Amino acid sequence: MTSHSYAARDSATMLRRNLRHMVRYPSMTAMLVVLPVFFLLLFVYVFGPTLGAGLPGIRGGYASYLAPAIIVMTIVGASTATAVSVASDMTGGIVARFRVMAISRSCVLTGHVAGAMIQVLLAMAAVTGVAVGTGFRPTAAPAAWLAAAGIAALFALALTWLSVLLGLAARTVETASNFPMPLLILPFLSSGFVPTASLPAGVRWFAEYQPFTPVINSLRGLLLGGPVEAAAWQAIAWSVCISAGCYLGSRALYRRGPRR
Amino acid sequence: MNLQAPVAIEVAGLRKAFGDQVVLNGVDLRVAEATIFALLGPNGAGKTTMVQILSTLIRADAGEIRVAGHDVASEPDAVRAAIGVTGQFSAVDKLLTGAENLMLMADLCHLGREQARERVTQLLELFGLADAAGKLAARYSGGMTRRLDLAMTLVGRPQIIFLDEPTTGLDPRSRRTMWQIIRNLAADGVTIFLTTQYLEEADRLADQIALLDRGTIVAEGTPGELKRLVPGGHVVLRLADASALTAARAAAGTGSADEEALTLTIPGDGSVRSLRLLLGRLDEARVDVAGLMVRTPDLDDVFLTLTGRQVPQHRDRAAAAAASASPPAKVIEK
Repeated sequence: MTSHSYAARDSATMLRRNLRHMVRYPSMTAMLVVLPVFFLLLFVYVFGPTLGAGLPGIRGGYASYLAPAIIVMTIVGASTATAVSVASDMTGGIVARFRVMAISRSCVLTGHVAGAMIQVLLAMAAVTGVAVGTGFRPTAAPAAWLAAAGIAALFALALTWLSVLLGLAARTVETASNFPMPLLILPFLSSGFVPTASLPAGVRWFAEYQPFTPVINSLRGLLLGGPVEAAAWQAIAWSVCISAGCYLGSRALYRRGPRR
Repeated sequence: MNLQAPVAIEVAGLRKAFGDQVVLNGVDLRVAEATIFALLGPNGAGKTTMVQILSTLIRADAGEIRVAGHDVASEPDAVRAAIGVTGQFSAVDKLLTGAENLMLMADLCHLGREQARERVTQLLELFGLADAAGKLAARYSGGMTRRLDLAMTLVGRPQIIFLDEPTTGLDPRSRRTMWQIIRNLAADGVTIFLTTQYLEEADRLADQIALLDRGTIVAEGTPGELKRLVPGGHVVLRLADASALTAARAAAGTGSADEEALTLTIPGDGSVRSLRLLLGRLDEARVDVAGLMVRTPDLDDVFLTLTGRQVPQHRDRAAAAAASASPPAKVIEK
């Protein structure tokens, strides 16, 4: 009778449901790869020659400098999809049904998060593959690869919980699809495309203190060599804080029940 | 109502407000096991809020509420394990097929593999969805979606089912199918709590009806008891022209004439004696009557009498036609 004893089983059921949605609509997952790949190609082949010339001494050429930013942008794209899918669940009747069943309270949200994580990890792997095709030349040892994947996954978890929160807070699916938009700007105002030192003073200050910069810097350091430690700790701290805050917020919003 | 019968739902002093707006203001009711209970009321009467509270979706501000013997506030999980809910808005996953939707419910009801497969096949068969089992729910018609919705509610074999306006928006045929399904469930011993704004639906289905208006129950009883609450019925005469109408009015000595429809409505109990008397007078006056209809009071009259307002006319034309063609109205064409 106690519903928490079924938490794992119910979450697995919900994960299967979300994976089935993804398999049924592969175009949604494909879009998650298309957007970052577009930016990758644009910056490597269109702006790259100029930008690269202005950045002497970067390791492995501009494609290598850019790749970590593009990988992180993939996470942002996926979070829009998550916010939309959470919002369309919440605005539809199906969640009311789940709420009045004797199932674990949190399984709807954990199912979404688990599904989104699988989706974003696959998308990041695909984008990384394309980046290698455009000249991204990581020099990392397996352990460093693993650490980079861990940091990327942790940051993906943070943005996934953030988008679950946004999806819960949105009154309509349309609002939910707009909510994560500002996130798409953040990689541009970070160390992703050019070093922060080359940015104008105000933008530089912002870039140095926002979460995308340490995440991108740690990926860059781990995959291409270079200083990592400070950036990695900052990236982990940001990710853990965002995850925890948004998890608590999401749980509270979900428990608050249906709105009128 | 038989007070000895086991009680499925018991509500006392239920209150609920959203901000300043009081939605339910001291509702009491009892629903006996294995009966159909209809909560009847216009839009905004508080019907959906009532279902949401009884099904543990939202909490009441005050009141004792026991469903399947459990308190909804302190033992919501025990209540949830005993109930099934089909809300007003379809609660199917449109991105899954009909069979997948049912399987999802079977998994959430923690049925075993074999048991789940069996139950899904059985429900698809029972609800006439076997042919559409592999089709996405997004491609289902309104009636099919509603049937799938109810089938999903039944996967876990709930003892008590809440149906919030189960036939709103359905065509007459789908509505009849839904009624039959609901009757069969009650015959199998399931308690049904349904809300409706269709008087006819409550009349046809329910063992017990409660009339909810502006957050309070204004009347409760069997359909027959409710109809006895309003004064007698009437006879409606249809006349060929205006002069016949005037003559009929004079002959009958009472009644209200409708010049446009060329009808005369005469209050009366509709007994054979009073009819014979009336027809004798009309014959004496040589009034040519084109048609005659005897109406015993229906729930529309009850609603009008008890709330002092017209029944909200949300019923579609088909429902109205079905209502006027059904008993207790008897049409005698000359």
